[in-house]
Amino acid sequence: MSKRNEQKREERSAYLFLAPYLILFLAFIVIPVGFAMMLSFTDFDSVNFPAWVGLKNYITLFTSDAVFMQYVVPNTLKFSLIAGPLGYILSFIMAWMLAQIPKRSRTVLALILYSPSMTSGVAMTVIWKVLFNGDQTGYLNSLLLNWGLIREPVQWLQSTEWLMPVMILVTLWSSMGVGFLSMLAGILNINPELYEAGYIDGVKNRFQEIVHITIPSLKPQMLFGAVMAVVNTFQAGAIGVTLAGSNPTPQYAGQLVLNHIEDYGFLRYEMGYASAISVVLLIFIAVCSKGVFKLFGDSD
Amino acid sequence: MASIQGKKMNPTRFHPSQIKFYAILIPMAILTGLPIVFIFSQALKPVNELYLYPPRFFVSNPSLTSFRKLVETMNSSDVPIYRYFFNSIMSTLLTVLCTVAITAFAGYALAKKKFRAKNLIFSINTMALMFVGAAVKIPKYLIVYETGLIDRFAVHVIPALAMPVGLFLVKQFMDQIPDELLEAAKIDGATDWYTFRKIVVPLSKSSLATVVILTFQTAWNTIEASELYLNHDNLKTFAYYMSTLTTTGNDVAGIGMAAAATLIMFIPNLIIFIVMQNNVMSTMAHSGIK
Repeated sequence: MSKRNEQKREERSAYLFLAPYLILFLAFIVIPVGFAMMLSFTDFDSVNFPAWVGLKNYITLFTSDAVFMQYVVPNTLKFSLIAGPLGYILSFIMAWMLAQIPKRSRTVLALILYSPSMTSGVAMTVIWKVLFNGDQTGYLNSLLLNWGLIREPVQWLQSTEWLMPVMILVTLWSSMGVGFLSMLAGILNINPELYEAGYIDGVKNRFQEIVHITIPSLKPQMLFGAVMAVVNTFQAGAIGVTLAGSNPTPQYAGQLVLNHIEDYGFLRYEMGYASAISVVLLIFIAVCSKGVFKLFGDSD
Repeated sequence: MASIQGKKMNPTRFHPSQIKFYAILIPMAILTGLPIVFIFSQALKPVNELYLYPPRFFVSNPSLTSFRKLVETMNSSDVPIYRYFFNSIMSTLLTVLCTVAITAFAGYALAKKKFRAKNLIFSINTMALMFVGAAVKIPKYLIVYETGLIDRFAVHVIPALAMPVGLFLVKQFMDQIPDELLEAAKIDGATDWYTFRKIVVPLSKSSLATVVILTFQTAWNTIEASELYLNHDNLKTFAYYMSTLTTTGNDVAGIGMAAAATLIMFIPNLIIFIVMQNNVMSTMAHSGIK
């Protein structure tokens, strides 16, 4: 058999193995994204055929959608800039500490820290609603009243002031997911000789050790973890609506981009406009991830 | 001094210097674990304890009242309780099996085959790691509609099968399999399919197990298909039924039932993860993005 034929056969078999994944990947991930882009330039009410309107949806979104500019964008920025990095740093610190205790206790503690990732957001709402209930029968209120820290029960989930902090707290609670496991495994696999060499080369304390040895050796896992953190943060973002029990959330206090999309897409049936918001969100996520790649990618 | 420092990672036994880590890790684990413990406690509370004021975190007389109530309520609806469970179990099983299969195929091609678009496909997949599905619900609905999947059971499975994270982890793991091994098999006359089944799959078991866990978690918890693509209640899943409890069940009995349902949702995830957690850790060792 000639070499070329061999190569051809190899290609064909590769594509055969790839085909099922590739078809489904295209159909349910790539095409929807392309579709969203196309729809974003149209007026579409889900009944009539989409009508081309050019940039109108984007112009409306950025110039006359008061809710979007006043609440949704600031909320999303606040939520993602706090919950994302904080959850990520927390995962790293927890992984770093776990790597320094013996295996048995490490496994148990890591399992507990990971366990929130096994719950579903919707199912947990039941639990949060009881814990953060707004009258004195709520567990948190009852506890704080008992300790004398507050005088009246706080409306955790209905107040404009507290909904966002609760959302961030709940997101942080479940931030130790796949990225956390990846970083933990990564730290455990760093070659011990690297540490010895580092100390000979003048690393003086644990902090320098993290900066000069742990983080550089862990870059690939840290990048993976960071990408996962970005995605989780935006996915968890819809939580305000389930917690408050209404879309829009009370005075838009917990309204994030995902909720805004749902509001327009599934409650008002303005699908074209909702798609424009989707595109803006996807671009925003891509920009965040790009930043993350810059931070941890092959810069050295 | 220097050599002692390096041995601090992955220690084999307890040493007093580790106390400071425990001092932070244990409180963190307790804080994280409390809501989980609360699911158990709340689900097992008899009605009078759900009413209790001031509320008590831990159950004192555990009972199965809430579970019984849940079964009763579900039975009084149009769809019998076993139907929801059957749908959940079938859709989860099918999703897990098919995802593992197509991910293993694709991972093998991307890790071990030589073809032109290989790097391009892998980097597109890496980009898709940041894909947030909820953002494109509308166009996805249109595609599901066009493919004729609306109101068919398969809609639980087919749109969920391509999982970029899964492929990413499996491909990275399969990269570790030495090429010589596959070459040797080829020289011995093994077909591609044989090599895949007898060498590649057995050697990538941990990464495939990790895909099982991740897919199971999503498939078991998701309500997307039931909520958006299915109109008949007898095609919907338990996860969906449970989500309707969170919106309607605001009375005290409803809270108990919802907690019981939450517990039922959580337990299978926990068991699967505990059984397979060793595989996860060895997969994650190769999870870096290079």
